[in-house]
Amino acid sequence: MSTLSAPRTTPSDANTNTGARPPRARSGRERPNILGGLGGWIWLAIIILPIYYVIITSLKRQSEYYSSNPLLPPASPTLDNYVMVLEHDFARYFLNSAIVTIGSVIPILLVCFMASYAIVRGHSRFLAGTNSLFLLGLAIPLQATIIPIYFMVTRANMYDTLLALILPSIAFAIPLSVIILNTFMRNVPNELFESMRLDGCSNWQMLWKLAFPLVKPALVTVGIYQGLQVWNSFLFPLILTQSADVAVLPLSLWAFQGEFSMNIPAILASVVLTSIPLLVLYLVGRKQLLGGLTAGFGK
Amino acid sequence: MSTTTSPEKTRAEARAELPQGSARPASAPATRSARSTRAAGQSGPSGWFAAPALIMFSAFALLPLGGVIALSFTNWDGISDLSFSGLSSWTTVLTDPVTGNALVVTAKIMFFSYIVQAPISILLGAFVAGRQRYRALLAVFYFVPLLLSSAAIAIAFKALLDPNFGLGAGLGIPLLNQDWLGNADLALFVVIFVIAWQFIPFHTLIYQGAVRQIPASMYEAARIDGAGTIAQFFHITLPQLKYTIITSSTLMVVGSLTYFDLIFILTTGGPGYATRLLPLHMYLTGFKANDMGAASALGVILVVIGVSLALILQRLGGKDRRASQTEGA
Repeated sequence: MSTLSAPRTTPSDANTNTGARPPRARSGRERPNILGGLGGWIWLAIIILPIYYVIITSLKRQSEYYSSNPLLPPASPTLDNYVMVLEHDFARYFLNSAIVTIGSVIPILLVCFMASYAIVRGHSRFLAGTNSLFLLGLAIPLQATIIPIYFMVTRANMYDTLLALILPSIAFAIPLSVIILNTFMRNVPNELFESMRLDGCSNWQMLWKLAFPLVKPALVTVGIYQGLQVWNSFLFPLILTQSADVAVLPLSLWAFQGEFSMNIPAILASVVLTSIPLLVLYLVGRKQLLGGLTAGFGK
Repeated sequence: MSTTTSPEKTRAEARAELPQGSARPASAPATRSARSTRAAGQSGPSGWFAAPALIMFSAFALLPLGGVIALSFTNWDGISDLSFSGLSSWTTVLTDPVTGNALVVTAKIMFFSYIVQAPISILLGAFVAGRQRYRALLAVFYFVPLLLSSAAIAIAFKALLDPNFGLGAGLGIPLLNQDWLGNADLALFVVIFVIAWQFIPFHTLIYQGAVRQIPASMYEAARIDGAGTIAQFFHITLPQLKYTIITSSTLMVVGSLTYFDLIFILTTGGPGYATRLLPLHMYLTGFKANDMGAASALGVILVVIGVSLALILQRLGGKDRRASQTEGA
């Protein structure tokens, strides 16, 4: 057990050592990289320990939480904490999160797909300017605009509604989404568009019949990335909503830990429950999920 | 170093040209002429296709950006009507020692987060880029934090770091029985650690992708020359990752300005002002102290810092790189 403590306090040392060794150290052909392997297992411990702690604690009774060793699994596991969280309107928060996420991602994909098509295929000054504007938009820190957004939302009588969360979420997703889609849109061969145009297809038809199937993987990618962003978003819900009716999962998590600050096992059960939907998604479509996350960055 | 620069450059150039040039080499001239006819205004898609995105972005991102500047010259408590107040918000903000402190805390978090995250991400990225099965298995776990919300992570660590019922008590090591979040000297480093825990996986993923794009032939050549794993890392992997390092560094540094939710839940800026970084200071000034004018002025400072940092880092990365990004490389 005590070996686990070293990496937690000095994570950087453990790993940078791998690179700090003199270059001549090992010159074997396919010899296993022992230092790398060691660092890899240490990092695994760093990642897993908090997750393990959360899961085992969420299965403990409150009395056991106070009496047992925090790192040992419960002697008699209980699901009471989960039941309690579920009874505290978990379903509603889940539904709110789903509405906000779907309500944001579909419009994001639609408007960005159309914009990307226009930017890549069209050549007007207006479109070039739009593209530069989106590039610039990448550098704006979202946090900085929370006060004017709060101002606008309250003046428009949208405060404490799900729509108030959806609209700015869409806006802030646009720059990166358009830029990722542009990359893929550029790879659609021009000849295909030309031949469709000669067949008398309008731009609208080309958009859906030609560009859409070819850019679909990129749309999936963008959808996953932005979906994750919106699903986990905390700041907009914090400033733009207040009642439990419209609380989304991350916000409910925070409210829950404020309300039941003494019942740590229940709080951690709520952490597990809010994380489960994405973990299930991860188990099902890990490759696509991870690919979606780095799209536009890894290049 | 000088020996490695030339192949690097050619690779970058090749990459920059890829989207237009080598993707469809046979038809390059045809493409050009088709483009020019369209440019003459025959049948390119109309600007209306871009209008929905542009309107949404303008209304809820650009307008607020202008709004934050405008609001910084007003007096507003968040509820009643606002009134013009000239420079008074700015005077308040700029003379407030807490603002200076917030800037220092932000700079510290940015600096330490970077020096912790960058090397670990590169090493882990190179590690999981390997095709060994156990590495693939480890990678499955490495990326789990990517899925968790900042709120979930913050609450989990808050419990884990509890001096009585957390990690220290579990391991029975008195040294770990600190009041991690209540001690002003420790809290900042705890915050930096948790940020690293949350964000290293993302950068690991970026580096994994980049390392896998390095041609295997380069490693084979190095192995024939007798270079070991570590020599290969420093002489091939690291130089080949140059552009990825710039991208990832930009995201890390500019991203440090957005660590809000995690710190808000973990410490709410405390103890005292020890972890009150700029975005959090802005939120607390606006929504807790109800001084939206001053908070807007802090927002303007945040934008200026964010945009300048992004520009500086892009400059460091070189103009070629920027051009190739705009082209969609």
